[in-house]
Amino acid sequence: MVTDSYISISDLTFTYAQGTRPALSGVNLEIQQGEYVALVGLNGAGKTTLGLCLNGIIPHMLMGQGSGRVRIAGQDPWVTPVREMGRIVGMVFDNPEFQMSQVTAAEEVALGLENLGVPYPEMVERVAAALGTVGLTGFDERSPMALSGGQQQRLAIAATLAMRPSILFMDEPTSNLDPIGKEEVFEIARRLNREEGITIVVAEHEVEVLAEYADRIIVLSEGRIALQGTPAEVFSQVDAVAALGLRVPQVTEFAHAVEGGTGELPVTLEGALTWAEARR
Amino acid sequence: MTAQVSGAANEAKTGSILAVTKARYVYPRGNVVALEEISVDVPAGQSLGIVGQNGSGKTTLTKLMNGLLRPTSGSVVVDGMDTAKYPVQAMAAHVGYVFQNPNHQLFAPTVADELAFGPRNLGVSEEGIAERVAEATEFFSLQEVLALHPYRISFPLRKLVGIASIFTMRPKVFILDEPTTGQDHRTTSTINRLIHELVDRGSTVICVAHDMPLLADVSERLIVMWNGQLIADGTPREVFSDKAVMGRTHLAPPQITQFSMQLPGRAGRPPALSLAELVAEYQTPDRAAAREA
Repeated sequence: MVTDSYISISDLTFTYAQGTRPALSGVNLEIQQGEYVALVGLNGAGKTTLGLCLNGIIPHMLMGQGSGRVRIAGQDPWVTPVREMGRIVGMVFDNPEFQMSQVTAAEEVALGLENLGVPYPEMVERVAAALGTVGLTGFDERSPMALSGGQQQRLAIAATLAMRPSILFMDEPTSNLDPIGKEEVFEIARRLNREEGITIVVAEHEVEVLAEYADRIIVLSEGRIALQGTPAEVFSQVDAVAALGLRVPQVTEFAHAVEGGTGELPVTLEGALTWAEARR
Repeated sequence: MTAQVSGAANEAKTGSILAVTKARYVYPRGNVVALEEISVDVPAGQSLGIVGQNGSGKTTLTKLMNGLLRPTSGSVVVDGMDTAKYPVQAMAAHVGYVFQNPNHQLFAPTVADELAFGPRNLGVSEEGIAERVAEATEFFSLQEVLALHPYRISFPLRKLVGIASIFTMRPKVFILDEPTTGQDHRTTSTINRLIHELVDRGSTVICVAHDMPLLADVSERLIVMWNGQLIADGTPREVFSDKAVMGRTHLAPPQITQFSMQLPGRAGRPPALSLAELVAEYQTPDRAAAREA
């Protein structure tokens, strides 16, 4: 008997109701529990669509024509209701402000738990724990609107974490944040991944950041997986990445320009400095 | 509110297209000082980048520059016009402002109408409008979405339409607030090309961004905002080399610049701003020979 991976997607094709071409086309993808995976691609390549397939927002809330097989932690999101899937897959989007609806930060985090019918004492405990994880202890009574962008996004992550998901999908979580906010969010995701074993799937454009944090890079192009592998495996294919309209980290491009070849190139600043030291 | 047209020519004293002089801004409700006394002179044709964390005063400064806000004290003179004396509509012909969020800017029923709106408002002939719309359509590759409602297209594309609809107004001063936020590499490249094109045409470009590789490439000058204050003003190379300023503001130079600053055997040389620059330096014969030895 073959066991499914934690996230197992076979031959997934999906076309939105108003769409003229498939947003996803024949996608096959296996992600193991505890992996940190990054989705990269041009806008419209299918990154968000793929993420929304993980918790059943597609096809339950965004309609369209789909085929293929999706299994998330043994569940079939095409059958299991979204609110059940929400316990497994947490979602964080690019604009935290759109996710905020409550008067205080604590209420914001408690909202999902109330909907799940979690008893009050446990709710209080989970809210405190989630705020603590994202470094917002003491912010309980603050208005979400009075927080900085980075704090708001951390609050959105806390609201998701309180549901105790084992998978976190983050869709361009830092595109509206400043450099400090960006670092805060990526550091928290790394900690959740390493210390709590949460599987991270993140869609993001900034390849320098992804090379630093992700275990695996999946490049989407026109709804299909075009390339995948470790950051070094994918980004070393400088020309193939460029042909897809994307770029690799600046240090990788540098190594490629001065050395060329088909070998593996450095993808992080630290890696590039070691690489340069070896060539003095 | 009436526009005072008389004396406009006399207001241009500095020779700059844009002069912010000891401008201070306090938001009317509450006593939060958004900007301390700031002075910036921008010569015509300059490409100026503004960096800083959110809340540092960048957007307040750019809103003073186009008259959306008026300084609590001090003055802002754009193209010879003191913003305190003219309605913001009168400033619009001189300063184009691209909002970070295109939803704050777009309202026409189709993308084509959106592109035509600005120049029509400025009294450009129908022929001239058609020419400008065609140029913008080509430059931003908007052929397929011209007939669509701006809200029927994706957010990143809508952002590009927001930029294109100011481009057709051909303002002397072009202010862009976070133009590459949420954009992919292809669109970021288009925006990079746009800024170079605008500068080639003699426009003045002011770009607020967290995108350091973009600013390293397109800006002649960078100013750094921190806590409502202007704390650094220089070329990108000077600013990126200033470790105290970069550290205090938690800003990081582009990765290639950081790499060049730490590259063994390069001590004392100014940091590289671009990949091409560092590659060229690395491949000069004496460097290559030094590595061989």
